[in-house]
Amino acid sequence: MGYEAVIGLEVHVQLSTKSKVFCSCSTEFGAPPNTHVCPVCLGMPGSLPVLNKKAVEYAVKAALALNCRVNLKSVFARKNYFYPDLPKGYQISQYDMPLAEDGYIEIETEKGSKRIRIKRVHMEEDAGKNIHGEGDDPFSYVDLNRAGVPLIEIVSEPDISSPEEARLYLQKLRTIMRYIGVSNADMEKGELRCDANVSIRPKGSDKLGTKTELKNMNSFRHVQRALEYEIERQISVVEEGGQVEQETRLWNPHLGITETMRKKEEEHDYRYFPEPDLVPLVLTEQFVENMRSELPELPDEKKKRFMDQYGLSAYDSEVLCSSRELADYYEKAVSAYNNPKAIANWVMVELLGRLNKESKDVTQSPIKPEQVAKLVELIDKGTISGKIGKQVFDIMYKEGGDPEAIVKEKGLVQITDAGEIEKFVDEVIAECPEEVQKYLKGKTKVIGYLVGQVMKKTKGKANPQLVNKLLREKLEGMKG
Amino acid sequence: MQLNRLSLVEAKRLVDKGETSPEEIAEAVLKRIEEVDGKIKAYITVNWSMVEDAKSVKNGKLSGIPIAVKDNICTKGVKTTCASKILYNFVPPYDATVVEKMKAEGYVLAGKTNLDEFAMGSSTENSAFFTTRNPWDLERVPGGSSGGSAAAVAADMCIASLGSDTGGSIRQPAAFCGVVGLKPTYGRVSRYGLVAFASSLDQIGPITKTVEDAAYLLEIISGRDPMDSTSAPVDVEDFKQRLSEDVKGLRVALPKEYFAEGIQGEVKEEVLSTVKLLEKEGVAVDEVSLPHTEYAVATYYIVAPAEASSNLARYDGVKYGYRAEDFNGLIDMYFKTRSEGFGDEVKRRIMLGTYSLASGYYDAYYLRAKKVRTLIKRDFERVFENFDVIITPTSPTTAFRIGEKSSDPLTMYLSDIFTISVNLAGVPAISIPCGLDSNGLPIGLQIIAKPFDEATLLKVAYRIQELVDFRGRYSPKV
Ligand SMILES: [Zn+2]
Repeated sequence: MGYEAVIGLEVHVQLSTKSKVFCSCSTEFGAPPNTHVCPVCLGMPGSLPVLNKKAVEYAVKAALALNCRVNLKSVFARKNYFYPDLPKGYQISQYDMPLAEDGYIEIETEKGSKRIRIKRVHMEEDAGKNIHGEGDDPFSYVDLNRAGVPLIEIVSEPDISSPEEARLYLQKLRTIMRYIGVSNADMEKGELRCDANVSIRPKGSDKLGTKTELKNMNSFRHVQRALEYEIERQISVVEEGGQVEQETRLWNPHLGITETMRKKEEEHDYRYFPEPDLVPLVLTEQFVENMRSELPELPDEKKKRFMDQYGLSAYDSEVLCSSRELADYYEKAVSAYNNPKAIANWVMVELLGRLNKESKDVTQSPIKPEQVAKLVELIDKGTISGKIGKQVFDIMYKEGGDPEAIVKEKGLVQITDAGEIEKFVDEVIAECPEEVQKYLKGKTKVIGYLVGQVMKKTKGKANPQLVNKLLREKLEGMKG
Repeated sequence: MQLNRLSLVEAKRLVDKGETSPEEIAEAVLKRIEEVDGKIKAYITVNWSMVEDAKSVKNGKLSGIPIAVKDNICTKGVKTTCASKILYNFVPPYDATVVEKMKAEGYVLAGKTNLDEFAMGSSTENSAFFTTRNPWDLERVPGGSSGGSAAAVAADMCIASLGSDTGGSIRQPAAFCGVVGLKPTYGRVSRYGLVAFASSLDQIGPITKTVEDAAYLLEIISGRDPMDSTSAPVDVEDFKQRLSEDVKGLRVALPKEYFAEGIQGEVKEEVLSTVKLLEKEGVAVDEVSLPHTEYAVATYYIVAPAEASSNLARYDGVKYGYRAEDFNGLIDMYFKTRSEGFGDEVKRRIMLGTYSLASGYYDAYYLRAKKVRTLIKRDFERVFENFDVIITPTSPTTAFRIGEKSSDPLTMYLSDIFTISVNLAGVPAISIPCGLDSNGLPIGLQIIAKPFDEATLLKVAYRIQELVDFRGRYSPKV
């Protein structure tokens, strides 16, 4: 019997406001411990939270970009639990009246595009960090610089059915957050954190199995690996006649397994209740519309436009729209020289290939978009061959410079003079009697080798179509 | 003339006229503290440098006037303990907004006054340090939780004081000590820097010798505070200027539920005869009903402990205050710190609150209480459609003996039965003394008004003060 996985993700995204969500402390990352703190984020007696407007703007933008309905009234609630990194003994979050609900995003899977519904988006504050002494240091330390940094929690419906889809969903979330400029959403830096609810069921069943919650997955790869492991584990539990237990499990990246963290009966009762220190968050239609009008073109809209306007495939458009900077780069190149398909190829294959190898992104590209455009133009005009183009691109990438200048300087201009090429063709025919004989006996495929020889003699500068044509004419003539 | 006996407005007038100086007043206050606070024990911390402080104050509405502050209101650089072992050493690095406002007007801190631990109680017997005594009878409680602030004012150990009121904590001790205590409308005064007990009920207010003083001090501490989201964007009035307006034609309601059985006979009589005096002034009086009154105490003891259980979670031994000495790991540190750091009443309320917020109980308790709270609020709204103020006794009895109720929390909770509804409804109320019982103990009369109508409240209180002249006729023996 086959099984299918049912996955829902709870994602926390750190909003990149300058100050914290309930006080005016800086959110800057990497400062010495407990230097970005004040009575409010330290949870000192008598201090009170005051909501940061910018954080609300960012959260509303995010909710709109995720196609959610923004609730004009939402209510903050206290989530009560004890932990040293939680200075007040409760986290200010939202509970039964969240900021936004009922959204979705689309992911591009192998089987086509798929819609993942979003149940809710709510605002909350981050906790601090516990640091445990190393070696013979028996103490634990608490750094509250991060306490009170604004977060949004994005809860998906259980619409995700594979680890691969989970990764695509997270990448899409990251893309969207970056597009709208509310978060850098870097998983490695903890700006995007993901917990997963996973269960399995027989394929085709519409019943939900018992789910486990997975935590501690700190990269896209870990999310995928942890889910793969957990799905396999649940399947083998069931196949051995057992039952999956409802529990929270931690991903252990060193061992590549998930391990029980706490059983169902050990789960916290968070005793949520409305936060009496804050009034309900009431937004006007006008405010929400203002936020909507400030949104840039979103990844899916852009992708669709790229397909329509430039005639690109869904896949190519998805890749080019995976970041706003990359899409802008591409469009700049296309506006400098109008050959969208060729430019897409050069950007995706040659440029991204090299950048990815060095873990760089397009903002660090040593080649300007206009230079890519110029290179494509030189090829289209026949000034250089495509093959030489790659050589020129390599020089542009490593040493910099304009393609035209490089072509001139290195003498790479294509030889299109038939008379000049004919000399080389004659030489090759004279030097390769065996291959010529093969051709004459009907093995016409050998012409490829002969063309190659001519290209070698011309250091790749001969126009390959012309070489091909001249060779063929000569050899056919020899058949006599 | 004993300068420490001056009211706030009198002191200000004399200083302005150059007839006395802030130093002289501070000296008199300090001397009085030295004389009698050994017996009364109103202060947890006395500002021994108040005379020096008085020399260098800013010019303002409170220039050089020594004011006592309840020890659950944060004072920068001055210990703020909430009368709890768990904060026995806590020195706030910031001032409460009310303290900042008084500082801007040149006040001098007289000291930090005793209270029931975290303001949970009605007698100051729940202070982790000591019980404050009633200046009218040292064997009796001063009321609570702001018992220290009320006793300090009654015994002239300050010119005026600040208290906080969650269920009657300003008004009941004011009544027991024969002084004036005002609980402003919820949102009138910033709560920033008031150590939270029950956030949706807490309000800071003045405890003073006269109604003018209450009006004067209220104006100074009121106003929208960007640091407190629940503070209301309502203009601050010149309350004092409106005190002498005529009360003729005002309509006074007497809720029958507040004059029913269980109330001390003399308290009822004295309040009603004071109302009669008002009637002679052309005030219309009628009986009304606040039908949900009987649910107020039960509602309060769900809402307040629920919020308290969460508000007090921060005292965990991690960041400040008390931490247990010997412990084995984090959980043990939490357990021991909180077991040793909190007193019985505080623990009782944390448990009550934790229980009523627990999943499976939330709907039956917290949510239900919230709904009843709305009904109680509506009771008041309905009465205020036809009346300007409501008059009731502040407390069913006068000051009780130390130890009399401390072993029975339920009886103790009932001593707030007339004050609790006001906090649940968020309306303003004042307690003023209107007479003495046969034991020579002050009787408090409570006036309740519409939200943000402190002006009318104070006007009626002022008229009663003139008619009764309590301060002119009586003073404590101490
Ligand atoms: Zn802060």
